[in-house]
Amino acid sequence: MSAVTVSDEQATSTKARVIQPAWVRALHWTNAFAMVLMIMSGWQIYNASPLFGFTFSKSITLGGWLGGALLWHFAAMWLLMVNGLIYLAVGLATGRFRKKLLPISPGGVISDTKAALTGNLSHADLSKYNQVQKLLYAGVIILGILIVLSGLAIWKPVQLQYLTALFGGYDAARYVHFFCMAGIVAFMVVHVALALLVPKSLRAMIIGR
Amino acid sequence: MGRMRNLLIPGVDKTLLVRDAVKTMPDLTRRRFIAGGASLGALTLLTGCDVTDPFSAEEMLKRVSKFNDGVQSLIFNPNAMAPTFPESAITKPFPFNAYYDLDDAPTVDGKTWKLEVRGLVENKKPWTLEELYALPQVKQVTRHICVEGWSAIGSWTGTPLRDFLKIIGADTRAKYVWFQCADKDGYNSPLDMQTALHAQTQMTFNFADEILPRAYGFPMKIRVPTKLGFKNPKYVMSMEVTNDYKGGFWEDQGYNSFSGS
Repeated sequence: MSAVTVSDEQATSTKARVIQPAWVRALHWTNAFAMVLMIMSGWQIYNASPLFGFTFSKSITLGGWLGGALLWHFAAMWLLMVNGLIYLAVGLATGRFRKKLLPISPGGVISDTKAALTGNLSHADLSKYNQVQKLLYAGVIILGILIVLSGLAIWKPVQLQYLTALFGGYDAARYVHFFCMAGIVAFMVVHVALALLVPKSLRAMIIGR
Repeated sequence: MGRMRNLLIPGVDKTLLVRDAVKTMPDLTRRRFIAGGASLGALTLLTGCDVTDPFSAEEMLKRVSKFNDGVQSLIFNPNAMAPTFPESAITKPFPFNAYYDLDDAPTVDGKTWKLEVRGLVENKKPWTLEELYALPQVKQVTRHICVEGWSAIGSWTGTPLRDFLKIIGADTRAKYVWFQCADKDGYNSPLDMQTALHAQTQMTFNFADEILPRAYGFPMKIRVPTKLGFKNPKYVMSMEVTNDYKGGFWEDQGYNSFSGS
């Protein structure tokens, strides 16, 4: 029997090696899937009445035309919202947000940005986020909340008129919704690029270790 | 064309509006709107699955849209009024918007036109414009929101639909009031009864204190400030109180049927 017993030391080290717990991984990839559907269908919806002097190429939009894009958008929104609410609830309840994302200090962000740009940022312990990561992850969570709220404000400017008014009215809410999308897309570009630069962080988000 | 351009609102891409109009021309590929837009659709072709397969993306999206009809009906508050605005907020010029050019907008003769009333109503007598104009009217300055995203504030005056439904003895336990219009290709649209009975849902005869011009739906438009623009039929010829879902011009092509604001 002694052959299959595991020493305390071994058990602890195995446990410590889990960087991203299963619930984080499941919610992360569900969110990534929902976000991509929302953004691609959202671009097609934007094209029907552009806020600026450009439209998105049809090759990167979803739905084929406005009606199809709206069906995708109003289907994927449930996945995004339910998944996001679970993430916020578990993140707050387990103290993960507090432990992982706080504190954030301007000095820390500046020195970590310098370190990152000069290639001196340590990736030895992936379970601890540096100041730049903390800022970006906290920022994108706030953008995620804002994009859902501004989306609801555009969708229901009568039933949720107080929410719409909070964003400065229907037309202003459309701009908020657009800029939140732009912020999230910018985050995704940086996030994916860095995940590819530090592949073990990508591995941790897939298999946990 | 030149006349139409002048009627468009600033900030709205004119070429895009025209393109939207062109988009509505008969096009077989458009019926397959999802298949054209997603590789899931292509997958259906590859696997040879029936398009009525309940697990196809198109079928799944239709089901979610029906679910969304239910959710919107649940959160619809009959006492929530659409925000109203001062006259100074009215968008000028108010945009002409349809799936055709203004030149192709229906021309209805107000002298011979009669509103037909059908279905679950006690009195099916058709109504002349003169008779309708004699009914008490209410003015509203509200925001018209297009499914495309743009919006414009306008002034509409007419008779609350719920007052008219009472006059004709409509069975307001019925599910829908279904409107049929004079637009080319036969525009029609169903309105759920709870929205039909909303205080701001109006049979509109005037725009900006003038007789409703042809561009905005002469002789009668149904103004529904708690719904997207396409749920506000113009050039109305008849209304039918019914329990059957009879579909609609845009609804059948995939726009969400409830489309509440």
